[in-house]
Amino acid sequence: MNNHLHHEERGLAADVKQTTSVAAEKCYQCGKCSAGCPVASEMDLPPSLVMRMLQTNRPENDEKLLRSKTIWLCLSCEMCISRCPMSIDIPKVMDFLRRRSRDEGKVTDRAKDIVAFHDSFLLSVEKTGKLYELGLIAAYKMKTLHLMQDVTVAPEMIQKGKLHFIPEMVKNRKNIAQIFKKTIKAKN
Amino acid sequence: MIKIGFYPGCSLTGSSREYAESVIALCEAFNIELKQIPDWNCCGATAAHNLDKELSLALPARILALAEQNGMTEIVVPCAACYNRLSVTEHTLNADEQLRARISEIIEMPYEGTVKILNVIQMLQKYVVNELANKIVAPFDHKVACYYGCLLVRPHEILQFDRVEDPQTIDEMLKLVGAQPVDWAFKTECCGAGFSVSQPDIVGKLSGKIVKDAVDRGAEAMVVACPMCHANLDMRRPAINSYLKTTIDIPVLYVTQVLGLALGISREKLGLQRHFVPVKF
Repeated sequence: MNNHLHHEERGLAADVKQTTSVAAEKCYQCGKCSAGCPVASEMDLPPSLVMRMLQTNRPENDEKLLRSKTIWLCLSCEMCISRCPMSIDIPKVMDFLRRRSRDEGKVTDRAKDIVAFHDSFLLSVEKTGKLYELGLIAAYKMKTLHLMQDVTVAPEMIQKGKLHFIPEMVKNRKNIAQIFKKTIKAKN
Repeated sequence: MIKIGFYPGCSLTGSSREYAESVIALCEAFNIELKQIPDWNCCGATAAHNLDKELSLALPARILALAEQNGMTEIVVPCAACYNRLSVTEHTLNADEQLRARISEIIEMPYEGTVKILNVIQMLQKYVVNELANKIVAPFDHKVACYYGCLLVRPHEILQFDRVEDPQTIDEMLKLVGAQPVDWAFKTECCGAGFSVSQPDIVGKLSGKIVKDAVDRGAEAMVVACPMCHANLDMRRPAINSYLKTTIDIPVLYVTQVLGLALGISREKLGLQRHFVPVKF
């Protein structure tokens, strides 16, 4: 196993490096990222193990990473990089792995609610240019069928004047549509 | 009259409109005019950042380009998440000429990278703090736990704002209006952020630990500068209470609401009635 540590990089680690300039091989497994990560205890693979698995260059580990729940549980809170003695940009690696996981259709079912939320959020932005919170909740419920969630919170939000019934819109929605067309929609 | 560009962001028009109300009320008191960036859009937040790198740069770049187009040289961005996305975009595009050209082409607007981005604390430090003492009518004589969260202070290399592990700026500012900040351990721990809807149990746990430490250290109020932190600590209090198996009633105020109270601005104008956990000060 150790023989793989300093081998020429192939596979996922090489792609990570090429796209993000982050060198996984710099990690010496001190574990500060996993100790500081607020969601490490919920993850299937703590962040330090993600780095170690990248170092092994084994296709079966690459596959596990792309199908992990970890990459979707990462909150991008940046605690790991703040405490990393080698300043390894782990959040950037997570960004890359999420993108790759989605492109290759490997998003785990265990992350479907999280991804449904992101998709619902972006749908609102694509259509209105802004986040329409009521629309986001409706779209999320339709995608996940969590119909009963927050049924008590929403009326209280309305009563406190925190939810709009009519979305605020960007005037130049053509411009917003173009931005989506040239980025996320161009690749999907 | 001082004029500053203003990017409220989506939360401040909806679920955290009391943050906008208190920012505006405070600026009025100090003769600062906030001019909204015309036709601004959503910054893309965590969703864009999680799913597509170019989209996560293009949405903030459109906002900054519109600010430039309207002659703005400085904008205040009270939402910590928007502040973070805008700052990261500015930094990334200023460091990569090719990428900037590509993003400019995507948004169909020139983007020069000339707008100075201020978070709410930086704006207050620059325009408000020096005149604060003269205007205090009701010192905020309470123990407070100042909660900075993630996005105001990290990544430090880009934001260059305050100390990354034990920030002090909000603590120092609140001392000026009579508050006593407590020393506590969860100042920059994540509240669960964008998981508020998709993973409410995780939010209950992460925010629960934060609220518990604030209370254990004797704080009477928590003070924040981020709508996501506020939503999770305030609106998600039932999830927090169920994780902690107790009922905690510590209120969560925006920094601008605390300053506003000290200046004698009305509770309604500061939007205190909009909180889920009642504010009894």
